[in-house]
Amino acid sequence: MHPAYSVIFFTVSSGIGYGLLAVIGVFIAAGWLPMTPELGVVGLGFGFVTVVAGLLSSTFHLGHPERAWRALTQWRSSWLSREGVAAIFTFAPLTLFAYGWIYLGGETETLAAAALLTALGAFVTVFCTGMIYRTLKTIHQWHNAWTLPNYLMMGLAGGAIWLAAIVAALGSDASGVAWLAAAALALAWAGKGAYWHLIDTTTHPATPESATGLGRYGRLSKFEGPHTSANYLMKEMGFQVARNHAGKLRRYAHIIGFGAPLALAVAGAMSGGNASAFLLVPAALAVTLGLAIERWLFFAEANHVVTLYYGAKSA
Amino acid sequence: MTTLPDTIKKKLGLVIDLDICVGCHACAVNCKEWNTGGHMAPLTDLDPYGANPDGVWFNRIHAYEVEAADGGVNMTTYFPKSCLHCEQAACVTVCPTGASYKRCEDGIVLVDEDKCIGCKLCSWACPYGAREFDSDAGVMKKCTLCIDRIYNENLEAVDRVPACVSTCPAGARHFGDLNDRNSDVARLVAERGGYDLMPEMGYRPTNKYLPPRPRTEAPKSPPMPEPAIENPILRWADRFLSR
Repeated sequence: MHPAYSVIFFTVSSGIGYGLLAVIGVFIAAGWLPMTPELGVVGLGFGFVTVVAGLLSSTFHLGHPERAWRALTQWRSSWLSREGVAAIFTFAPLTLFAYGWIYLGGETETLAAAALLTALGAFVTVFCTGMIYRTLKTIHQWHNAWTLPNYLMMGLAGGAIWLAAIVAALGSDASGVAWLAAAALALAWAGKGAYWHLIDTTTHPATPESATGLGRYGRLSKFEGPHTSANYLMKEMGFQVARNHAGKLRRYAHIIGFGAPLALAVAGAMSGGNASAFLLVPAALAVTLGLAIERWLFFAEANHVVTLYYGAKSA
Repeated sequence: MTTLPDTIKKKLGLVIDLDICVGCHACAVNCKEWNTGGHMAPLTDLDPYGANPDGVWFNRIHAYEVEAADGGVNMTTYFPKSCLHCEQAACVTVCPTGASYKRCEDGIVLVDEDKCIGCKLCSWACPYGAREFDSDAGVMKKCTLCIDRIYNENLEAVDRVPACVSTCPAGARHFGDLNDRNSDVARLVAERGGYDLMPEMGYRPTNKYLPPRPRTEAPKSPPMPEPAIENPILRWADRFLSR
């Protein structure tokens, strides 16, 4: 599948943003983080900006961005529509959460409820993002049991490592969040490894023979294409460029996205004090770059069954 | 509304006979001709006379070689493919805006271009490649089953069929109600063993394909006699060297 830059930026940026809002919501509601106004402004502000930047970016790949509001109407059947509704809905408790924290500064039950609702909205939004891909039966590399956990775990890992970096940079004790980030990174890494193993060892049940129904006569091969230059389907579904570099890109994702930041997060969690920011900020930057590589691969390694009509032997 | 209708009165669709399709592309050309001025017009072409022409077509004619198993006869098969107007049309249910819909009166899957935001998700959900994005108009386009022909009372009754069907010189394309057991198309499907493409996907396409009849091999012709050599020297050389 063609990796659209706007969609990669959207899922990475909003994934981190919603992950951060989920973690900060739970930690504040539980009283595990100091409710300083600085953390309120920087932490919630970072979550808000990354989420909004991602959502705006997601409209750039549309043919008609000015009609994007229509995407909120079909939540009864469409996961893309549900994602939009959940994304917009999350701004309501987030506004209350931010207002109560930054302007009122009080630890009230209402604030805790708003924090938890923000976390819930963030979780539901990323859940819907994962389900958009998970439910596409045409793409084996997306329609499998690992797609949804991968999205959720990488959102959590990205959000937690950024929150840990922000807490540490503001001079507070980030060890709790950093341990969570380390655990989430380890789980996300394992999940992604299992995903790569799955797509390396299995293919879509459809074949050129079942796609045409001609398998009863023997083995099928393409004789002549229906057209002489690439059409929309071949450009959108038959993307080849990054697939040739998949091995190298996977190694980069392992090191930059998971291995190195995991080590930095553990070191940051154990060191505590002001020094931890020097470990956690690079860890957060590495995770972000690693997620971008991983997301690129998520698209580039995905084979659509329509390619079976264009000469692919399997999908 | 992107939920699928519970019941469909008619199931209008195509039956395509792979036994007699000659791969002439007339269906694709007439489709383009009609539909670029029809319900989903235009069928934009970019760089049509340049080095890399790129355009929207509703109908694509593939060609495959089938290497026969266990010593049978190999064959070449032309394979026209357009929207199959599936009963479980995932292209409809994934649409976030309600632009994609399936009509309950005849099962035709259409796009309301005024509501389409051009997110392309429907084309990702379609296993058959029936939807092509018009990057110029910024909306998704697809086969309408010539909805502007089949109900068009300004046309002679004989012409109220999709453009691809009306133009096929081999009679390889048939149009009708596949929900009606007594219709010509339903009978054709029953008699010839019409089948679904990618049945394992569970989309339950309305359009059916009729399998090519098994090919028979022409009998081997007797070996040609060697032409006689006129020149006596050459004849002697041939005999000498053939020893």
